[in-house]
Amino acid sequence: MQYYEALGLEPKLALDLEDLKKRFYDRSRQWHPDRFSRAEPSERQRALDMTALLNDAFRTLRDPVTRAEYFLKQSGLELSKDAPPELLEEVFELNMALEELRSGDDSVQAQLEAARERFSGMLKGTETRLQELFSEGPEKLDEIRGVLNRRRYISNLVREVDKELNVPLSN
Amino acid sequence: MSPFQIDFGGTKSQSQEPNGKIVGIDLGTTNSLVGVMELTGPRILSGIVPSVVSVLESGEIIAGAEARENLITHPERTVYSVKRLMGRGLADVQGELNLFPFHVAEGSESVLKLRLGDSVMTPPEVSAHVLRKLKLDAENGLGGPVTQAVITVPAYFNDAQRQATKDAGRIAGLEVLRLVNEPTAAALAYGLDKRKQGIVAVYDLGGGTFDISILRLHDGIFEVLATNGDTHLGGDDIDQLLMQIALEDLRSEWGHDVSGDSTAVQILRLAVIKAKEELSFVPKAVIDLEYKSRKYQREITIDVFDRLIRPIVDRTLGPCKACLQDAKVTVEEIDEVVLVGGSTRIPLVRSEVEKLFRARPHTELNPDEVVALGAAVQAGILSGDLQDHLLLDVTPLSLGIETMGGLTSKLIHRNSTIPASATETFTTGVDGQTNVLIHVLQGERELVKDCRSLARFDLKGIAPMPAGMARVEVRFLIDANGILNVTARDLRTGKEHSVDVKPSYGLTDEQVEAMILESFEKAEEDFSARQVREAQVEADAVLAATERARKEPGYLDLTELERGDIDRAINELLVVYHSDNHELIRAKIDQLDVATQKLAEIIINSAVGTALKGTKIDG
Repeated sequence: MQYYEALGLEPKLALDLEDLKKRFYDRSRQWHPDRFSRAEPSERQRALDMTALLNDAFRTLRDPVTRAEYFLKQSGLELSKDAPPELLEEVFELNMALEELRSGDDSVQAQLEAARERFSGMLKGTETRLQELFSEGPEKLDEIRGVLNRRRYISNLVREVDKELNVPLSN
Repeated sequence: MSPFQIDFGGTKSQSQEPNGKIVGIDLGTTNSLVGVMELTGPRILSGIVPSVVSVLESGEIIAGAEARENLITHPERTVYSVKRLMGRGLADVQGELNLFPFHVAEGSESVLKLRLGDSVMTPPEVSAHVLRKLKLDAENGLGGPVTQAVITVPAYFNDAQRQATKDAGRIAGLEVLRLVNEPTAAALAYGLDKRKQGIVAVYDLGGGTFDISILRLHDGIFEVLATNGDTHLGGDDIDQLLMQIALEDLRSEWGHDVSGDSTAVQILRLAVIKAKEELSFVPKAVIDLEYKSRKYQREITIDVFDRLIRPIVDRTLGPCKACLQDAKVTVEEIDEVVLVGGSTRIPLVRSEVEKLFRARPHTELNPDEVVALGAAVQAGILSGDLQDHLLLDVTPLSLGIETMGGLTSKLIHRNSTIPASATETFTTGVDGQTNVLIHVLQGERELVKDCRSLARFDLKGIAPMPAGMARVEVRFLIDANGILNVTARDLRTGKEHSVDVKPSYGLTDEQVEAMILESFEKAEEDFSARQVREAQVEADAVLAATERARKEPGYLDLTELERGDIDRAINELLVVYHSDNHELIRAKIDQLDVATQKLAEIIINSAVGTALKGTKIDG
């Protein structure tokens, strides 16, 4: 996997963040285009490509979620777009509340805020769960995929609620 | 140099290093500066150059302080604050046109052009004149040619604005090795001899732009965590508010509207700026105007001023909070705050920044100079003089492409460390389709219409085949300057695809090339004229020194032959003095130097202190 190779790592989901950072900064010092500003065009292009790859790799791998997404994709596994069955009931209620808010009923505001809290908590939970799965020996890709599916679904929900509650967008 | 050479005007050696110094340039809305990195640290090479360009009636184009004088005498052929127009189209500068006396030329639909007297120029060409002036100043300061530069841009500048700045550099005959974000440059200038670790917020409120950047400094690495800002917010806007008050007053006091009289408006603008600047130091100031023997005075107290500018200061706070959030840093974690830009001298700005970040801002370095100093530091990094320093900057805006239904799909998120890249695979939607059009956008919004159109890329030459069968992989790469590069590859054949770029705003490569050619011809004229002038100045100095030396008693010690040599050398120098050939003039200066060598020795040997002093010339 290219991102792991760029940083001189074996493709593994469990990563030591401090080691990752050190590798990134060391290689950036070596390859940054600033070090090649007066070099031949071909060398400049190589530095640019290498650094772009390093930056893309570090950005992806330092975050457990994007790391897992990358890992799955490279392993040929796609995420599904379906709602996780265990959330169906809750999502149904949430959509009703959102509908009421849109039609001008402010009384559901508190309910939505509570739902938002709960879903945000679930998001944090998925991250912890991912870390657990990472460190449990052989890569449990199917389980990880399940967690990521759930996570993506929940984060879309939170975004939907945020939009209705006019919370400023954040990535 | 020996005292002899100093006494006789000197024969300067013009060393032509193959890799001359890289200069650092702060190309500001109001003022510009050039600096260079030296062993002792960064140094400013010239005075402040106002970012003003004026076309004289002779057709000659001037920039800087001289041009600023013309704002009042010839407002119709003089332009300032052109940075506000860089990389923008006619439609999105309507707001500026109401506030600034820009004269838009006809035919500005595709590329914005300004009319200055009889000349028509695009904003990059106008900026190129400011850059050329800085280049000259730097060459004079360094005593050699300058061809490579680092230029600073507001961190929140989009791709088109960055490209326009780079174009301006090329037109001015400068290879722009790097565009550096202004707040990052400021951090570089501060970080050099400051603590090496910690989180720093840079608040940069200049003449026309606002930036906030949060950086982490560690082991010589300057890592930008996030940046935010507003490319149309600055001191200019404060001037506008004060002018509105004054213009309103004038309507009632003088009984007529002077807002259509550009000379009056420019005089008023200067009066307003003076009052604004005073209010940074005293509790009240007077807008003092005299025009066509009529007088107007209006006292502004700091309280009134603060209330007036409060909305502008408030507009900077939102981006600050968003930046903290994006950097994933709390206010408590900010170790230091650095203030940059002339507008940060305003007490209300300082107190609001202090309140928000709960830290006393740094102001040790001159806020007008700190960006140019930082650009010089970056020039030092690029030239290899500063091996231990490394700058990791980010892209201020997300990059996306248009998808179905007028939506944008983000490929590279804002605040990603640059260079950054993303690849997407495209296919055809119709049988036999041979090209695919890709619309690239920059911005944070979901709808295409709310984002900034960067360019349309036409992937051509796809082999005709059933819909959905073609596979073209497109790589979007934002380089270290924050500028987008696009390459495409046919996944079936592995062949590189041609990408035809249509920038939404700004100049095509061909247009820039044409401007470079044109300016190169002019620059050559300028350059040789300058060399002749310089040789003449040197000749004047040598001639004057010789004249004085001939009055020394030592002159009588020369032989008849030696005196004759001197007379002949003087005559020959005078003959070539008005030729256009600087080499000839210099050759004759050298000849006179040789002829007067013995005389100089006699004078020095006679060791009369006062006589030596008397022959000393300035130069």
